[in-house]
Amino acid sequence: MSQFATNTTLPRYLRDEQEKIEKIARAHGLDFFPVVFEMLSYDHMNEIAAYGGFPNRYPHWRFGMEYERLSKSYEYGLSKIYEMVINNNPSYAYLLEGNSLTDQKLVMCHVFGHVDFFKNNFTFRATDLDAGEHIADPIGRRKEGYDPNRRWVDKMANHGSAVRRIVDRYGIHKVEEFIDVCLSLENLIDPWSRFVVRRRDSRPDEEPAQVEVPRLRSKDYMEEFINPSEYIEEQKKKMEAERELEKGKFPAQREQDVLLFLLENAPLERWERAILSIIRDEGYYFVPQMQTKIMNEGWASYWHSKMMTADVCDWSEIVDYAENNAGVMATSGGRLNPYKLGVELYRNIEERWDKGQFGQEWEDCDDLDVKKNWDLRLGLGKQKVFEVRALYNDVTFIDEFLTPEFAMENKMFTFNWSNRNERYEIDTREFQAVKEKLLAQLTNFGNPTIFVEDANYENRGELLLMHEHRGVDLRNDYARETMASLVRIWKRPVSLATLVDGKRAVLRFDGKEHGVRHDAP
Amino acid sequence: MSLKIDQDHSRFRNIVRGKIRQNLRRYISQGEMLGRKGKDLVSIPIPQIDIPRFTFGDKQKGGVGQGKGDSGDPVGGEQGEGEDGAGQAGKDAGDHVLEVDITLDELADILGEELQLPAIENKGKSRIIAAKDRYTGIRRVGPESLRHFKRTYKEALRRSIASGAYDPGNPVIVPQKEDKRFRSWKEDHEPVANAVILYMMDVSGSMGDEQKEIVRIESFWIDTWLRRQYQGLESRYIIHDAVAREVDRETFFRTRESGGTMISSAYRLCAQIIDEHYPSAEWNIYPFHFSDGDNWSMDDTLTCIELMKKEILPKVNMFAYGQVESPYGSGQFVKDLREHFASDERVITSEIRDRDAVVGSIKEFLGKGK
Repeated sequence: MSQFATNTTLPRYLRDEQEKIEKIARAHGLDFFPVVFEMLSYDHMNEIAAYGGFPNRYPHWRFGMEYERLSKSYEYGLSKIYEMVINNNPSYAYLLEGNSLTDQKLVMCHVFGHVDFFKNNFTFRATDLDAGEHIADPIGRRKEGYDPNRRWVDKMANHGSAVRRIVDRYGIHKVEEFIDVCLSLENLIDPWSRFVVRRRDSRPDEEPAQVEVPRLRSKDYMEEFINPSEYIEEQKKKMEAERELEKGKFPAQREQDVLLFLLENAPLERWERAILSIIRDEGYYFVPQMQTKIMNEGWASYWHSKMMTADVCDWSEIVDYAENNAGVMATSGGRLNPYKLGVELYRNIEERWDKGQFGQEWEDCDDLDVKKNWDLRLGLGKQKVFEVRALYNDVTFIDEFLTPEFAMENKMFTFNWSNRNERYEIDTREFQAVKEKLLAQLTNFGNPTIFVEDANYENRGELLLMHEHRGVDLRNDYARETMASLVRIWKRPVSLATLVDGKRAVLRFDGKEHGVRHDAP
Repeated sequence: MSLKIDQDHSRFRNIVRGKIRQNLRRYISQGEMLGRKGKDLVSIPIPQIDIPRFTFGDKQKGGVGQGKGDSGDPVGGEQGEGEDGAGQAGKDAGDHVLEVDITLDELADILGEELQLPAIENKGKSRIIAAKDRYTGIRRVGPESLRHFKRTYKEALRRSIASGAYDPGNPVIVPQKEDKRFRSWKEDHEPVANAVILYMMDVSGSMGDEQKEIVRIESFWIDTWLRRQYQGLESRYIIHDAVAREVDRETFFRTRESGGTMISSAYRLCAQIIDEHYPSAEWNIYPFHFSDGDNWSMDDTLTCIELMKKEILPKVNMFAYGQVESPYGSGQFVKDLREHFASDERVITSEIRDRDAVVGSIKEFLGKGK
């Protein structure tokens, strides 16, 4: 960070504030990496924000696009970036020059919430650079003095210089074009790969074990009736045939980390492989933040409002604080605000666990009046929210803690596109529907789930991908373009099995023409 | 100060302008942000390039929202159905969204860059005065944001010494209300260059829709470029067949007459407008005339040339004549002009065959930097 042209050191009065707030945060039980605050002018802020929070990235036009958007929206007074914090150890956080002191304090409180979350939420373990390929127990208790290597600022800067070296050799346009290709595949990664062993070691030399047909349990004299031997034989043959079919299948198991599969198996030049690998690494870095958007922002907001109102603000600042906070928490145009949803859920959890509103007895209670005044005075709320922030991600958070009462109180609804009126319309406020829709949106953070199914499709060395269809079709024109990117990397025709309007379809691109076949692969 | 991102940004701009990476152009979408400029809503264009990915079709997806409304209501409420608007009759006009000028400026820059147009040389006659605020003075009242710290401090110091409250051992100065000094502004008058474009167009029967469209395109670009060069640019529009009259912009591009053609009528009106409104000592004057080159008679053409020599050319920066090719026109006029003004740099002629030729013609008109 020292290569900054501008002087980014924090002025004295803010350093004092930082110390004060840090102490308060610790007293509340927050546990964070060291935080380095830096002061940026608005154009530097926009620049770094465009780079996704990092002062040094590889060259790419999309950062310039983002910069233009941010600058214009700042210059016209439509928005400004208050804070930015990077998941790094130590964590870097940026303050905007010229913000009022109240704002700066608010940002600092907010940042400590985020950094506590970076350090403690299990999904972020995947960004530990020293954790090895598999993290066996991400939610287990950590050793005291957990101090992982998360020097992503350096890593991103290294990626930058690696790409610049390649650019020097091959020219910006060629390299940038390839980066575009990689970026169009960026979301084809496996968000849980660090926590699950996906590839079982296959030992090809070993004779495969005898095929065993699972049997239903039965007493001896019933055996023949419950598991008739003809049926068992039939099943056995079926399974053997399946196994025969799968023999020599590559990959042996379907692979969700399409990028990894391509890295290992596609005919790429060295520089191309280097770039694809960089894009994949950086893709994984951003995964935890996407998996915990609601939780992370909610947690930071929960703490800034707690700390600001209870400890930090003096009476002259409280109105400014409240106004700003209201801006952050506002929901407009019927859209869901992750800050708001998150913070309200944490507060709801805290209240419920304080009052003992959980468990079988609570669930079974039908009397609304009793439920309303239910208070066992357990005082478990604080403990619970800390536990939640460590052990959940957005999907499990919503799944477990979104209650019908909460959804009603927060006026949640689902909406759908109306073809007749050409607009989005409110569909229903029914709790199950709301919850399902929200979960579907969050699953795989809104990306379709796509696997490598077969790398020797129809025995022609073609690549077959499988889309796990969960009710929503792929966007067709984009799918075609993405197929073209895949062909660019795989160098052979690529097919994608999916559903279109409820019918099975295999999209195929051979490098020249797009085709669609309507039968099962 | 230069930023690291500048290179990325300029490559992005070049992609948007279609200079590099043509294959990305089809993913460019013109997004916009709505801003507020005084009372008006302005639309700020934000070009976006989407990198295609496997993603869900939008409209099927729907989502979860939060707020008031019943099943079947539009998300985010009906337009103009604001929370506070209920029951009150509207007295304000509806919100009109204006395109913000920024695109035109950008366009002009691109145009200048593409055609390598020189910046225009001002005629150097600038008696037009523009008022501008400058913060040069000091006042006793004003907003806190304009408080002059040093002066305020001095005043406070002076007062406390005078009143004997000042203690050198403990030099605390507490400024009071009457100590405060504020920056104030004075109106400063600055000479600026003003310019006027006089568009003239032949609307006789031989000028078809396509010809007018070409003129429209061309005059749009000229307008854009000159507006970038001059702050206070005015445009006047003259149409003519056998007689000329001044019209507004709309009419200029819409009118189709069927009469004969007397170009001199337009030039006479042009000279008259210049004389009445635009003293050449104060104005940069740009007459642009578009026609298909058909004139009623050689006599009239000679009248035109006479008018130009005597009335128009001495007063203007340049005189531009664009001849649009039409199936009915003889295209004689441009030849006559070239014959009579071959050595006169102030007269620029250009023949515009079709739409594609517009670019070259703009370069001919504006390439001299007059």
